[in-house]
Amino acid sequence: MENTVLHVADVHKSFAGLHALSDIDLSVREGETHAIIGPNGAGKSTLLNVCIGRLKPDTGHVIFNGENLTGRAPHEINQLGVVRVFQTPEIFPDLTLLENVMVPILAKRDGSFKMSWFRRFSSELNVRNKAMGVLQDLGLGEFTNAMATNLSRGDKRRLELAMGLAQEPKLLLLDEPTAGMARHDTNATIDLLKKIKAGGMTKVIIEHDMHVVFSLADRISVLAGGRIICQGTPEEVKNDPRVKEAYLGEEQV
Amino acid sequence: MFKPSALSDWTLFILFSAAILTMPIWLAPLGANYPDLMQKFAIFGIFAIGFNILFGLTGYLSFGHAAFLGVGSYTAVWSFKLLTMNVIPALIFSVIMAGVFALVIGFVSLRRSGIYFSILTLAFAQMSFNLAYSVLTPITNGESGLQLTLRDPRVLDAAAGVAVGRSLPSTNLFGLKMSGLPGFYICAVMLIIAFFLSMRIFRSPFGMMLKAIKSNQTRMAYTGFNTRPYLLAAFVISGMYAGLAGSLMAVTDPLAGAERMQWTASGEVVLMTILGGAGTLIGPVLGSAIIKYAENIFSAFNTSELRQIFDFMPDGLQQVSVAVSSMFVGEAWHFTLGLTFMIVVIFLPGGIMEGFRRIGGLFRRSDAKAGKVESSAAAAHS
Ligand SMILES: Nc1ncnc2c1ncn2[C@@H]1O[C@H](COP(=O)(O)OP(=O)(O)OP(=O)(O)O)[C@@H](O)[C@H]1O
Ligand SMILES: [Mg+2]
Repeated sequence: MENTVLHVADVHKSFAGLHALSDIDLSVREGETHAIIGPNGAGKSTLLNVCIGRLKPDTGHVIFNGENLTGRAPHEINQLGVVRVFQTPEIFPDLTLLENVMVPILAKRDGSFKMSWFRRFSSELNVRNKAMGVLQDLGLGEFTNAMATNLSRGDKRRLELAMGLAQEPKLLLLDEPTAGMARHDTNATIDLLKKIKAGGMTKVIIEHDMHVVFSLADRISVLAGGRIICQGTPEEVKNDPRVKEAYLGEEQV
Repeated sequence: MFKPSALSDWTLFILFSAAILTMPIWLAPLGANYPDLMQKFAIFGIFAIGFNILFGLTGYLSFGHAAFLGVGSYTAVWSFKLLTMNVIPALIFSVIMAGVFALVIGFVSLRRSGIYFSILTLAFAQMSFNLAYSVLTPITNGESGLQLTLRDPRVLDAAAGVAVGRSLPSTNLFGLKMSGLPGFYICAVMLIIAFFLSMRIFRSPFGMMLKAIKSNQTRMAYTGFNTRPYLLAAFVISGMYAGLAGSLMAVTDPLAGAERMQWTASGEVVLMTILGGAGTLIGPVLGSAIIKYAENIFSAFNTSELRQIFDFMPDGLQQVSVAVSSMFVGEAWHFTLGLTFMIVVIFLPGGIMEGFRRIGGLFRRSDAKAGKVESSAAAAHS
């Protein structure tokens, strides 16, 4: 078997009696794009929350490259290279776009106390240039000095993606990266994600848009009612009757 | 931040320095150009600038910064008593001591955020106040306050052969007495340095991180930051500013009392910063100057003066006018302050600086409108 980067082992999570996740066992292999699909409220975002330390699982653990992530502080998990792109944009509204991207780059570099904090911006030109590059890749190059709060919803999603990519993660967790984007932007994002895929970055992507899923995913896990009901290649999943029943019934593929 | 703003920062700094250094001249028409008051402007300006580094950048509202002011004052007076009347060691030790206190208090208080953080800082300051007032009397001289005496050792001065006179020595900067204008100028120079450092912090990557914490702290954690060391650094820096302000109080008047640590003093710097404009560079300095100036004017009135002012009125009306206006002046001037503060917070939440911005925006918009009208008029003609 290929190298497993992320291993979610026997995770349960319930909210006041609601079983949001049950018996979750999931392996993500190095370099693959692993899609997680499922109806609304299936527990997809909750699964990512468990991975990045926002939620603690009731039982089970999450292993990343041999390290147990369960119980670790979110910033430590990020420092290990697990980066999440949020479903609802979690940007810094009062900062400019450029600053929004520079912050994660500096965070990756200076997670704890550094005297270099007090240096001038001009000594961080490489950080700035890197941030500019990422913004340009995402088509946000024109607005680098605009306040993030003024962006449209679609552009906020792109900025969110830029903030994640800027950290050059080892494992990128994408929560519906194209939701709220126009078709044109969605296609651009797919192209970008394909490019990243070619670069070998391991990704977990949650997506409702089947077009996006089938153009990117190497493997798919289908989540319904907090359980993984089916796992396999896009072809296998497409033809699985359980999936049709639980999920595909409500959407045309 | 990579724009030519570097230039305008320098312009701002030079204008600021020039304005501070020429205060004795341009404050003359306001009748506010005497050293006592100008020292207050500078000292509280420093206090507010430092407070703004914490509150303005990170959004963490401390209600206990007067504790560091008090620590600064006590340390300075002890430096005058034990070492020398020269102000330099006093300033240095005060800043260090306030920094140490801020490190301890900040370490504990920053375990919480929001209102719980504010309450923790308030509790610490109140604790410091009570300690200074009672338990620590050997260090603080309790109720009567810490003062110079003729019997103080002043080892450095003694070693340097400074003669012990019959009256108390005065604070000095290598011989230059720190009373009157020189006293103001040392405060002014410290204010300018304080302003410069704050500007550098605002414009540094560190400042950007602090703003990011204020903007979306949850996201910071998922971005790989341990926000606490950053917050602690900001807390300690602002505590050191307060220590500097406290020691300058002792430089211009070498005594220290526990009342400097009282919660009202902590509240005052909050008002100053918000009134001027939290998160702006100039706002806190403006806010503190305005409050200290208004305090000077309003608190000076007493009932007999009011009676004189309303002398022209018929008897009954005079009494009513005096009664009403005395609610706003003298001891009761805090009522005026509170009222002004409420009006500002409700109508101008960004403080006076936001007021300036709005006025500026009004001009720009009316310019644009005028331009539009002209061009449409031209279109109509053609
Ligand atoms: N913090 C929470 N507290 C209580 N219930 C929660 C919490 N987070 C999620 N839930 C519940 O857990 C279930 C799974 O939610 P989750 O957000 O993981 O779904 P999802 O698969 O991401 O759905 P969507 O496609 O709408 O994003 C839902 O019923 C949701 O209401
Ligand atoms: Mg979700």
